[in-house]
Amino acid sequence: MSENQSVRKWSRIFVASSIWVPIIAIILGLICGAIVMWIGGFNAWDAYSALFKKVFGSKYDIGETIRTITPLLFTGLSVGFAFRAGLFNIGADGQFIMGMTGATILGIKIDFLPWILHAPIAVLGGMIVGGLWGALAGYLKSSRGVNEVISCIMLNWIALYLSNYLIRTLVLKQGSQRSEEIQSSASMSIDWLSKAMDNARMDWGIVFGLICTSLFYIILWRTKQGYELRAVGFNPEAARFSGINVSKNMLKSMMISGMIAGLGGVFEVLGVFHYQVISAASSGYGFDGIAVALLGGNHPVGILLSSILFGVLTYGSAGMNFTAGVPTEIVRIVIGCVIFFVASQGLIQMLYKPFTARRDAKRKEAA
Amino acid sequence: MGQAVPVVELKGITKRFPGIVANDGISLQLRKGEIHALLGENGAGKSTLMSILFGLYQPDEGEIHINGAKETIDGPGKAIKLGIGMVHQHFKLVQNFTVAENIVLGIEPRRGMSINYRKANDRVRELSEQYGLKVDPTVQVQEITVGMQQRVEILKTLYRGAEILIFDEPTAVLTVQEIQELMQILRNLAAEGKSIILITHKLKEIMEVSDRVTVIRRGKVIDTLVTAETNESELAEKMVGRRVSFELEQERCEPGEVLVKINNLTVHGSDKSKNILEDITFNIRAGEIYGLAGVDGNGQRELVEAITGIRQIHAGGVTLGNVDLTQAGVRERMVAGIAQIPEDRQKHGLVLDFKVSENMVLTTYKDSRFGKNGFLNEKEIERHAAKLTSEFDVRSAGIHVSMRSLSGGNQQKAIIARELTRDPQLLIAVQPTRGLDIGAIQFVHERLMQAKNEGKAILLISYELDELYKMSDRIAVINEGRIMGELERDEVDDEKLGLMMAGNILGSKDGGAA
Amino acid sequence: MKKKSLKSAGMLLAVVTSLTMVLSGCGSKNNNNNGAASPSASAPASESASPSASPSDSGTGTTIDAKGMKIGMATDTGGVNDKSFNQQAWEALQKVANDTGAEAKYLESKKDSDYQPNLNSFVKNGYTLTWGIGFLFADAMKTIAEQNPDAKLALIDSSVDAPNVESVLFKENEGSYLVGIVAGLTTKTNKIGFVGGMELPVIKKFEVGFKAGVAAVNPNATVTSNYVGDFSKPDLGKLAAATLYDGGADIIFHAAGGSGNGVFTEAKDRLKSGNKVWVIGVDKDQSLEFGNEITLTSMMKKVDEAVTKVTLDTLSGNFKGGTVELGLKEGGVGLPVENPNVPKDVLDKVEEYKQKIISGEITVPTE
Repeated sequence: MSENQSVRKWSRIFVASSIWVPIIAIILGLICGAIVMWIGGFNAWDAYSALFKKVFGSKYDIGETIRTITPLLFTGLSVGFAFRAGLFNIGADGQFIMGMTGATILGIKIDFLPWILHAPIAVLGGMIVGGLWGALAGYLKSSRGVNEVISCIMLNWIALYLSNYLIRTLVLKQGSQRSEEIQSSASMSIDWLSKAMDNARMDWGIVFGLICTSLFYIILWRTKQGYELRAVGFNPEAARFSGINVSKNMLKSMMISGMIAGLGGVFEVLGVFHYQVISAASSGYGFDGIAVALLGGNHPVGILLSSILFGVLTYGSAGMNFTAGVPTEIVRIVIGCVIFFVASQGLIQMLYKPFTARRDAKRKEAA
Repeated sequence: MGQAVPVVELKGITKRFPGIVANDGISLQLRKGEIHALLGENGAGKSTLMSILFGLYQPDEGEIHINGAKETIDGPGKAIKLGIGMVHQHFKLVQNFTVAENIVLGIEPRRGMSINYRKANDRVRELSEQYGLKVDPTVQVQEITVGMQQRVEILKTLYRGAEILIFDEPTAVLTVQEIQELMQILRNLAAEGKSIILITHKLKEIMEVSDRVTVIRRGKVIDTLVTAETNESELAEKMVGRRVSFELEQERCEPGEVLVKINNLTVHGSDKSKNILEDITFNIRAGEIYGLAGVDGNGQRELVEAITGIRQIHAGGVTLGNVDLTQAGVRERMVAGIAQIPEDRQKHGLVLDFKVSENMVLTTYKDSRFGKNGFLNEKEIERHAAKLTSEFDVRSAGIHVSMRSLSGGNQQKAIIARELTRDPQLLIAVQPTRGLDIGAIQFVHERLMQAKNEGKAILLISYELDELYKMSDRIAVINEGRIMGELERDEVDDEKLGLMMAGNILGSKDGGAA
Repeated sequence: MKKKSLKSAGMLLAVVTSLTMVLSGCGSKNNNNNGAASPSASAPASESASPSASPSDSGTGTTIDAKGMKIGMATDTGGVNDKSFNQQAWEALQKVANDTGAEAKYLESKKDSDYQPNLNSFVKNGYTLTWGIGFLFADAMKTIAEQNPDAKLALIDSSVDAPNVESVLFKENEGSYLVGIVAGLTTKTNKIGFVGGMELPVIKKFEVGFKAGVAAVNPNATVTSNYVGDFSKPDLGKLAAATLYDGGADIIFHAAGGSGNGVFTEAKDRLKSGNKVWVIGVDKDQSLEFGNEITLTSMMKKVDEAVTKVTLDTLSGNFKGGTVELGLKEGGVGLPVENPNVPKDVLDKVEEYKQKIISGEITVPTE
């Protein structure tokens, strides 16, 4: 009985239409992309098999695909979490950068702790810095009524330059454009796994990403705090009338959102690069996260799946270019096609409806 | 004359939605120049039927004849072409356009490339005089009252040449005076030869204005009657499907000790020059329904917000039992025993995108029975929701569907269930029966009376005097943020209340004369 | 109903917007660079290939038959159409491929984390030589070199200490010294400007060399520096140039990549209003792109020649590894062959100092 119930609960996430719609969307997108390639004079079959070969072809590629997915998962969850509380966290980019910076500085400056202490401190530290950066936008929103979109855009730039400044003044590797390497005691890489995966850069990030995915669900749907956040997200007025402190919840949601984005940055430093580069532009992971979250319907499982889709397309596209010789411009159009179709679910549902209607009718006849 | 071709004839209209037959073989004739009322409870299928006539839905079966000719109405555009106009319950006006601009929107009179505003204004004035619909074409819609906005909607349809007008619950949003004015407008329109379908569930209006009435229940036509040959209780019985009593059969207990004290309550407006609430003092006893009458917008909303803690109190105080709650927050006051049925249930009372079960604990989810250590005990919440929905007859497709999918009446029942079950000491009910059908109104009234008899203090705010007369132990009147006076149940009369609602302090006139 | 569809439409809009941001993230840089690029860059590549080949290679010339060999090149995040070193390198490689029958391929890096997988794609597919273009590759190159000791790798603008990596550095300070001499002898106001991209060691080398050159021939002239903080913001470059010209400078030397285009725009605007000012170009002969009216001369950095040389060496089995530094002596930096705006006596002076540097009589500072 209880097993039956839990199955039903899960199947609610994958109800017939919601599982078919994205699959049809992906297929349509691939067909559309194939047409584009065909017009451009390229063999679409070769290109797609190159894409899948690039992603699943070797242990190295599987590992690197996971590495590509990880930051997308974090920023997607971050944006999705804020969305659930009715806020558009366009600032995941800045929070990601601040998470990186926090982890970098803690990872370098602390040099007397064993791994068991140092790594968690660096992870938590980066996460908190990211969280505070998000909370800043949340505070401006809740106490001063500043639209979070505007403050987040500003904070993204401030984060970028502040981070560059901090790296340059505190932990610069002389004569280069990046920080020193973090202490090995702060590393979140999994060396044995990397070795097993042909030197692909494997780290604990994906594990934490999956933990965050489940926490996302647990917090929002299983706790009183999450209940408040969702109430505020759906109807802040009703929440207020029910005695929920709306501004406090906005602050909290931005902080949690920032912490998740910050974690993404943390693992980028502690797991992948082991240093942070001074750069003129952000990596754009925060903006990718918006697309991931929306594509995933702001549901943790959806976000996980859409981050996988994005990651596979991003990493695999190099294969289309490399193996099948499709120029990057066309590769981008093809990816755009797939994402466009997945994003325009309404369109698919419209196409899909006649089928379900007929099926329902048949079912009725049968009954 | 009676054999003339009906302007609208619906033949055997059937419309199915997943899991429900909204219209089941409905036939209806609308004669020229008549006001034909369409009566039915919420969810009976009235709105669906009219949406089909207006081209918003396609019928699964049945035919529509307009002036004797069979027509397929595949969209509102076609409906308008056929001379059908619809005045929706929720107005579809552009707030920062003028009245005339709204009316001519889409078919503006032009002069070259630009809109001929003078001609538009003149045409609107002409129409409004012809039908007695007083409006100023040059003011912006956001500056006029709801009643005025409705007239703009009516003019919009007339401007488009409507001969057949559908009114969807037109009085739901109007004040008493505005309703009277609307009734006159309807008569004028009929006199000018327009044919009118009036969707409503208010029996009084039907008796007052309609020529014939068709009663619909559960998607089927129950009967079509000539209004003059029927009466309210017959209509009610046909609508609900059982006998309805208009009097509360419950006993009425005597109020006890004073439970709630509102002392010199003052709330400033956004500009400090004028107070929204000025020196309001009254008290409510245990087991008493304290009615507050007044025209909408005279401080009722602010008073409720001040008592529940949503709005800051600038002077005076609120005491419940012996506890001074003046400085307490919303949640503290809730815990202390204040509950409310908010005026705008969808905006303030419910989270429409939450499941029914989640909505049933919106004000109680923090209780330890619904989960410990910050977690939610979903089983208990669902059990609670199932209990409430069955006790209060909240009809839905289950407690897992979203609140949005419930009808207005069931949404209201859900709030009442939730708030009464909290066992509050003070219940504030603002317009608790607005938009509900007779069966539901009766239900709400019984529950309120039951709460009173259990010794709760109830503050009932309503714009409908009938309701206040029926329910209240005492009635006070609020005007421009002041209490004009207070009457015992047995000394209430229309004249006294009317004077107070118009801004005269109780007794001042007598005093002046003496 | 209505509200819901409106909401989903809004969501869709947001998705599309964010996708546009995502997809155009890297693209935008390329778009404005496309088109006009190829003619200007390919010209110097072809005309200068022969002189550099003569001193170092052992007479193989262009007669190598390298059929079946593969050369790979990974761009940095600037992309292959960056009008700068990525493009120069790729054009040089294409030419080599044409001449020798070898196969050449490139992969664009969209994010810093792509460097490793991109290099790996070539290495794991058995490429004869894999290029990483730009100093950003230093760390990835080192990792890949260590993981794949048999692979042959080459790197521009940074030095990696590994036996299987050939690092190519340029003595920008020497070339800058020479254009400093031109500036010092040409200025009328005795005020000269320098616009840099970011304050990196490599850009510092330009500035320091330039200043030394000016000081050598005109002690009265002052050089004012202005860093815009970005390599791809022409608007900032224009602003920096305006500030310097307003301050009385009549010549500006820029080492600011794409931002430097703004310096040319500002000079052109001033010329239109009858105000004659000069710009000294960088990396290649920029007079070909911006015209002789404003381009005094250019400090050429012959990435194309270096790429050609190292590639040809490798194809003929002479891959060396280690670091080479290309200065005036090696012909890696210098002025263009044609300098219509520089009088003969100044060019003579330049030649004189060039010989002094080559002979070691003058050592140009680097920082």
